Amino acid sequence: MTRKQRRLTMIGGSLAVLAVAAALVLNAMRDSIVFFSTPAMVAEKHIQAGKRFRLGGLVQPGSLVRGDNLAVTFQVADGSAALPVAYKGILPDLFREGQGVVAEGALDASGVFKADTVLAKHDETYMPKEVADALKKQGHWKDDYGAKPDYNAKPAATQGASQVKQGVSQ
Amino acid sequence: MIAEAGHYALVLALALALIQSTVPILGARLHDPALMNVARSTALAQLLFVAASFAALVTLHVTSDFSLVNVFENSHSQKPLIYKITGVWGNHEGSMLLWVSILALFGGLVAAFGNNLPLSLRAHVLAVQAWVASAFYLFILITSNPFLRIANPPIEGRDLNPVLQDIGLAVHPPMLYLGYVGFSISFSFAVAALIEGRIDAAWARWVRPWTLVAWIFLTLGIAMGSYWAYYELGWGGWWFWDPVENASLMPWLAGTALLHSAVVMEKRNALKVWTILLSILTFSLSLLGTFLVRSGVLTSVHAFATDPTRGVFILLILCIFIGGSLSLYAWRASALKQGGLFAPISREGALVLNNLFLTTACATVFIGTLYPLALEVLTGDKISVGAPFFNLTFAPLFLPLMIAVPFGPLLAWKRGDLLGAAQRLTAAGIAALIAIAVLWAWTRGGSAFAPLAIGLAVFVIAGALSDLAERTGLFRGPIGTAMRRARGLPRATWGTAFAHAGVGVALIGIVCETTWNSEYIGSMKPGDVADIAGYELKLDGVSQRQGPNFREMIGQFAVSLDGKPLSAMTPSKRNFTTRGSSTTEAALLTRGASQLYISLGDTNADGAIAVRIYHKPLVLLIWWGPVLMAFGGMLSLSDRRLRVGAPKPAKALRGLQAAE
Repeated sequence: MTRKQRRLTMIGGSLAVLAVAAALVLNAMRDSIVFFSTPAMVAEKHIQAGKRFRLGGLVQPGSLVRGDNLAVTFQVADGSAALPVAYKGILPDLFREGQGVVAEGALDASGVFKADTVLAKHDETYMPKEVADALKKQGHWKDDYGAKPDYNAKPAATQGASQVKQGVSQ
Repeated sequence: MIAEAGHYALVLALALALIQSTVPILGARLHDPALMNVARSTALAQLLFVAASFAALVTLHVTSDFSLVNVFENSHSQKPLIYKITGVWGNHEGSMLLWVSILALFGGLVAAFGNNLPLSLRAHVLAVQAWVASAFYLFILITSNPFLRIANPPIEGRDLNPVLQDIGLAVHPPMLYLGYVGFSISFSFAVAALIEGRIDAAWARWVRPWTLVAWIFLTLGIAMGSYWAYYELGWGGWWFWDPVENASLMPWLAGTALLHSAVVMEKRNALKVWTILLSILTFSLSLLGTFLVRSGVLTSVHAFATDPTRGVFILLILCIFIGGSLSLYAWRASALKQGGLFAPISREGALVLNNLFLTTACATVFIGTLYPLALEVLTGDKISVGAPFFNLTFAPLFLPLMIAVPFGPLLAWKRGDLLGAAQRLTAAGIAALIAIAVLWAWTRGGSAFAPLAIGLAVFVIAGALSDLAERTGLFRGPIGTAMRRARGLPRATWGTAFAHAGVGVALIGIVCETTWNSEYIGSMKPGDVADIAGYELKLDGVSQRQGPNFREMIGQFAVSLDGKPLSAMTPSKRNFTTRGSSTTEAALLTRGASQLYISLGDTNADGAIAVRIYHKPLVLLIWWGPVLMAFGGMLSLSDRRLRVGAPKPAKALRGLQAAE
C-alpha cells in the first residue's frame, strides 16, 4: 500500500466509526430523553398519558397518604397547580412534606402521575435545581431556600445552627 | 493564628507559582541555565508551602476551631477523629485546597526526579505546571478561601453532611484527584513540547509513566466512588450515569486512549501529533470535570454549595487553558515532524482502533453530559439524559472495542498478520463459545444478550491468557522452559494481560448484576421472613442505639440458606441530630463474589419497616475488574524499561529514525 492509500484507509475507518456514533447519538436523543415539567406546565401543555417526563415541585403539606404494601400517594404543587402522584416503593431519606421533590414517570388515563423513581437529593438548605428555577420563574421562590448565610454581616446569626438556617440572602 | 499562617502560606505559594511560571521560560529564551533552574527550587518550595497550608487546615479541623467558617459549617466536636480529618476535603474550599496540594505534589515530583530531563524541557514543563497552579491558587484565594474567620465564633459546628461521614471519603476524593490532577503532567509536557517545537521518543518515555500513575489512581478512584455509592446511598446501584460520574469517566476514557497512543509514540515514534492532542484533551476533560462538579451547574451529592462567582471563575480558567492550549496546538503542531508509517493491520493500527473507539465513546458521554446544559442555556427547556441514552450509545461503541482487545497484543509492530492472530486466539474463541452455550442452556428463555456479553468477556480474559501462553510457549514445550520464559517476560507484558483481563472481569460483573439481580421490596414486621434467590431472611427485631453524633435504628436479620443458619445482617437507619437528616446504612453479606444487600426505609405507624433486599450475583467483579486493571498498570509501571527514563543518545537516535 502506498502512503496515500494507508492514510485514506485510516481516515475512512475513522469517519465510519464517527458516523456510526453520530447515528447512535441521534437515535438515542429521539427516544431516551426525558423532559422536566412542573404541575403548572403539565396543565398548560396537556402532556399525553404514557409519555415519560420528570415532574418537579414541592410536596403539598398534608397530602402524603401511605397505603398497603409501600404504596404512597402525595400531591406535588408549584404554587399555581397541583398534581396527584402515585408511587410504590421506599421514599428517599430526604423526602419531606413541604420540600422539593423530583419524580420520574408518566401520567395515567385518569390524570394521576405514576412515578417509578422519586428523587429528593437535598438537605435542609438545598433544593433540586430544576425545582428552584421553576419556582423562581413563577414567583413562588422564598429567599431563604438555599441561601448561603454571610456570618460576618449578621453577628446575630452566630448563636447556633437553628438561627443560621433562617439566614439572610446573599 | 494557625488559620492566618495557613492563609499566608497559600499566598506565598501563589507568589512562588507566579515566579515559576515566568522566570524559567525567560531562562529558556536566553539559554540561561541558572534562570531555568529556578523552576526546580520554586516547584519544591511551592510544594512545601501548600503542604503547610493544607496541614494548617487539617489541624484546625482536628482541633474543632469553630471560629473558622469552614470548620463551623462542616464539622462537629462530637464527630469521630477520622471524619474530622476527611471532612477537610468534604467541602468545596477544602477539596480545592486538596486539588492544588496534589498539583504541587506532582510538580514537586517532576522537579525532584527530573534530573535526566533536558534542562529546557524541564523548565518549560514546570512553568506550564505553575500556570495551572497560579490559576487555581487565585481561584481559592479570591472565591473559596477556607481560612475565613467568623466574627463571633459559635460553640458548636453544623456537622458534616451525614452521607459523607464514611470511610469512602478518606479514599475516594484523594485517589480521584491524584488521577485528575496527575494528567496535568502529560498536559504540561505536551504544551512544553509545542512551545519548544520539538518532540521525540524520549518525550513519550517520560510522559508514559506519569500518565500511567494518573490512570492507575483514576481507575481506583472511580471504582472506589462507585462502590461507595453502591453501599451508602441505599439504592443498590453502582453507576447512575450522573453527570458528576461522567465527569470522571471522560478523563478516564481519554487517559486510557492516551496511555495506548503513548506506547505507539515511544516504540515506533508515530502518532506524535495525536498523542499531544490527547494529552491536552485528557487534562481539559479533567478541568471540565472540576468545573462541572465545583461550579454548581449540576446538582448532586458532590456539589457542596452553589455560588455563581465560582462557576464563572472556573469557566474562565477552563476557557483560558483549553482554548489556549488548543490554539497553541493548531499553531505549532504542524512544526512537529511526522513519524513512522505502518500498515492498517499492525500493532499500531490496533492501537489506533483502540484510540478511535475510546475517544468516540468519550465523545458520546460528553454529548450526553453537556447537551442538557447547552439546551437549557439555549432554549430554557430542561431535560435529563439518563441511563437509556448511554446504554444506546456508549455500549454499542464499547462492544466492538472489546472484540478487538485480544487481537492487539498478538499483532506485530508495523505489519501484522490478522489471520495468524486469529489462529492464536482459537482457544479463546472456543472458550467463549462454550461459555455462551452453557449459559444459554442454563438460562433458557432468559435474555439472549447476557450470554453473548459474558461470552465476549470470557473471550477477552482468555485472549489475555493466551497471549501470555503464546509468549511463554506454554503447552508447546516443557513446563520448565515456559516458567523460565515467563520470568523473562517484560513486566509491561504481564501488566497488559492483567489490565485487559480486568476489563473482561468487570464486564462479567456488570452483565450478571444487571441481568440476574433479584430484589424484594416490602414492609416487614419482626418475625416476618423474606425469600430471595434461595436465601431466607428473617427479621428478628429492631433496636435503637446512640452513636457519637447520631441515633440509629438497627434491624436484626437472620440469614439462612436451605434451612441452615448462615449469618446475621444488621442494616440501620441513622438520624443525625445536628443536621436533622438521616442516612441509610445498608448491610452487606458477601458470598464469594455475590452479595446480599439490605437497606431500611421508613417505619409505618403499625411498627412495620419498609425493607429493600437485593441479591446481586457476582456484583463484586465490577470492582475487582478495575482493581485488576490498576494492578496491571502498577506491574507495567515497575517495568525496568520505564524506570530508565530518558534513553541515552544512541537509543534516542535509533528512535528518531523514521520507519520505512
